Amino acid sequence: MEKRAQPRANLLQGTLDMLILRTLLYGPAHGHQIGKQIQRTTNDFLQMQHGSLYPALHRLEQRGWVSSKWEMAPDRNREFKYYRLTDKGRKQLVVEESQWKRMAEAVARVMWPTAEES
Amino acid sequence: MRWWQIRKRDKDVERELQSDLDLEEEEQRERGVSPEEARHAALRAFGNPTLISEQTRAVWSWTWWENLLRDFRIGTRTLFRSPGFSIIAIIVIALCIGATTSLFTVVWSVLLRPLPFRDPDRLVMIYEHFRDPRMNSQQFNYNAVAPADYYDWRAQTHGFEDLAAWRYWQFNLTGEHGELPELVQARGGSWNLFPLLGVNAAIGRTFTQSEDRPDGDAVMLTWNLFERRFGADPSIVDRQIHLDGKPYTVVGVLPKSFTYPDANVEVWVPFASGLPPDILAHHDYHFARVVAGLRPDVSLDSALSQVEAVQYQEHLQNLHAPVAEDVAPKTLIEDLAQNVKRPLIILLGAVGCVLLIGCLNVANLMVARSAARQKEIAICSALGAGRTTLIRVQLIESFLVSMAGGIVGSLLSASSTNWLARTWIELPNPQSIRADAVVLAFVSALVLASAMLTGLVPAITSTSKRAVAALQAASRNVAGSQSRTALRKTLLTVEISATVVLLIAAGLLLKSFWRLRTTDVGCVTDNVLTMGYSLPTNKYDSADKVNAFNETLLERVRSMPGARAVALGSVVPGDGHGGDDAFTISERPPIAPGAPMPDALYRRADPEYFSALGIPLLSGRFFTNQDRAGRPRTVIISRLLAQQYFPGEDPLGKHLHIVPYGNADYEIVGVVADTLYQVGQPAKPTMYYPILNGESDRALTLAVRTIADPLSLSVPIQKQIAELDPQLPVHDVLTMDQIIEQSLGNASLSASLVLAFALLSLILASVGLYGALSYLTTQRTGEIGVRMALGAQRREVVHLMLGDGLRPALYGLAIGLAASVGTVRLIQSMLYGTGPLDPAVFACVAASLLLVACIACLVPAWKASRIDPMQALRNE
Repeated sequence: MEKRAQPRANLLQGTLDMLILRTLLYGPAHGHQIGKQIQRTTNDFLQMQHGSLYPALHRLEQRGWVSSKWEMAPDRNREFKYYRLTDKGRKQLVVEESQWKRMAEAVARVMWPTAEES
Repeated sequence: MRWWQIRKRDKDVERELQSDLDLEEEEQRERGVSPEEARHAALRAFGNPTLISEQTRAVWSWTWWENLLRDFRIGTRTLFRSPGFSIIAIIVIALCIGATTSLFTVVWSVLLRPLPFRDPDRLVMIYEHFRDPRMNSQQFNYNAVAPADYYDWRAQTHGFEDLAAWRYWQFNLTGEHGELPELVQARGGSWNLFPLLGVNAAIGRTFTQSEDRPDGDAVMLTWNLFERRFGADPSIVDRQIHLDGKPYTVVGVLPKSFTYPDANVEVWVPFASGLPPDILAHHDYHFARVVAGLRPDVSLDSALSQVEAVQYQEHLQNLHAPVAEDVAPKTLIEDLAQNVKRPLIILLGAVGCVLLIGCLNVANLMVARSAARQKEIAICSALGAGRTTLIRVQLIESFLVSMAGGIVGSLLSASSTNWLARTWIELPNPQSIRADAVVLAFVSALVLASAMLTGLVPAITSTSKRAVAALQAASRNVAGSQSRTALRKTLLTVEISATVVLLIAAGLLLKSFWRLRTTDVGCVTDNVLTMGYSLPTNKYDSADKVNAFNETLLERVRSMPGARAVALGSVVPGDGHGGDDAFTISERPPIAPGAPMPDALYRRADPEYFSALGIPLLSGRFFTNQDRAGRPRTVIISRLLAQQYFPGEDPLGKHLHIVPYGNADYEIVGVVADTLYQVGQPAKPTMYYPILNGESDRALTLAVRTIADPLSLSVPIQKQIAELDPQLPVHDVLTMDQIIEQSLGNASLSASLVLAFALLSLILASVGLYGALSYLTTQRTGEIGVRMALGAQRREVVHLMLGDGLRPALYGLAIGLAASVGTVRLIQSMLYGTGPLDPAVFACVAASLLLVACIACLVPAWKASRIDPMQALRNE
């Protein structure tokens, strides 16, 4: 299990929803793709737990931020459940993004005060 | 969401996960991994698909319902798999819940449920209250009210909406067409009583103000008599019935639901009806019960203080007579239930203990069973079942057991409540005792509570993190089993201490019942038949007529074969209070105004009363045929009266002065031994007046001492009475033993019920002890095997195991004894002839508990000593 050696981070509570929404901005994707996408983009730093990915997807669907449809995959010749961003989801993404930004800035101000002053 | 949508959603989740899992596998293969390896790698990357799908489904809120259904299915299946355990647990819970529900039904109906009156919270009883503490010890702190006091209260105070009064009475009811005469229980109610209670007549009307006067002849029937004697024929209204030979007009019939003050009442007359006007103006004839209705804008305290001020004036104006200084309030319910309140609360407490013990026992069984299912639980949690899920499944199991127990228990309680209402003669309104919505809610709460109690403890401990350790090959997980054994022992200790408290209460109650049962009332009680009759005033309007009837009857009964001796008196010993009177001693200076007046029980006796009942003469003489009207007035006093009021002097020749029946002096001609007016109560000073002097009181009791079975004379004597006066009803044909038995009804019932509860809990506790130790033995088989292989003797093994089992018993015993010292104070007032800390009872309980505990532990301990070390070690 060589993967164990790599640095990994647990996702902050609530950020998973934002990451999924952001990933879906590129276009519709199924659960596996979304997980892989996030993992790949962060160079495997963020390890996708399927146990939280699927409940998160369904939670987003329940809130109406994404919609789902069984569709043929272009390369696999069978159906997958594709999720796509709804208009409501887009708005939510903006909200979450700005929240995250404010949060990150606040954290940064505490952690590196000098950098902020210059 | 409908179930088919749930189905569809489930399928959807499954398919989604499967397709993504397949994809992962394909990708692994495309990377060149072997198919088998690819599958495992995909699963590793993915995690537990079942768990994921469950967690995903949990997003949709309906899953909790689905899960609950599933857990119910699992629970039911598990219970069916071990029917022995389930049946025992259900029976235990059913018995406990049934008994608790029955007692709660009675307590709720008798002590808590509001009476069926308008604004029952605003109604209150008012009694006269003497300030002198010595008077209070004789129960004069709630003294019935004198009619003149009542009339003054009503006229002179304004704090209450109204004040109504009622009094006890009884009539001979005779028919015009030769129907059987009977004695009916009556109450005299003031005309405003029914409006105050908000009760209307079912047929006709209630009394009017003008009917409430001494010569008023209106009568109301209760539904009971209306149905029984008059065939529920409404045309009885406005017709006449004959009470004590006098015509009364029926003005109305009370509704069936009206059973105040008790269900035995058959007719109501107006309060003043039939009473001599001078009695109504008296301040020291205490017989009225006053019901007051509070005005919404006046507090009880301020309304009472007005009444108190009036009463204090009465007191000051009547310093020579027993007129109380104060008044004291009581709620209607308390007034009705005063004799049963304490026993009821104690029984409810006892049954609560039994319920607790039963639940602990089932909890104990569950702990034992969860130990046996350790591996099953470990496997479940390894497969991804969360701890909460496991706890929930166990809780649902215990809920199912409690639920089944609750249903069976409710069915049981329906019949036991009936039995209780029938058997317990002192309950004020047995027909009002029934289950209603409140009782149903109570049962549901009991079911939930017992489910929590029986389920939560074992569930939490058996699903602790250590559970997985059970999967490890060697099942010698000593740590886990020891903590569980400790839990079981704690449960047992609690169980045993509760049992000890119950046993001690039962022992004390039984001992006092035994003491009561063997009390000497001070006269002959074997083979004595008694019956009551009451000569109506208008037919027997002179002392001569009364005497003629009584003497003829006595002569006839005395000459009957089988009759040894015959007594005629107002009351026989043991048959209750029967009335008292204040007196003064003529030879003494008058009592200082305001000082408490001497008071004694008032009795009438014929010349042979004392000799027939075997009450010994201490000095002077008995009455003779010459102690009759027109002769010097005489009285016989009891030893206690002589002792209290003539200390160190000879009472013979002195005179007692009493106000009622002639306001005259009576010469003391004899002193007789004391008798008890009621078993369980201390003797009171008593004065006996000759029956033949023609004064007062026509309610008499005939007591016949017989050679053989007293009841065999009952019909012949009644025939003699019917021959003398066919219109005269005879009532309460009872032997002396029956009278005493009846007066003990309460004591015997509560003693035997508490004993039954105590025995039940003793059985439960010993079964629990046995189970715990058997379980322990199984757990320690290996260890015992090693010990024996190393040379331990069988005797030592027995000692070891016995010590293990007896320790919780000893702790429980110690805690129980300590707790009893506190709790017995609660039943102190119910005890007779024994202190609350009776050493004999405590010792007996301790000894019998230890004995039962030893027996319960001996069997598993002996089994442990029979363990074959080779066999035990091979099993390791």
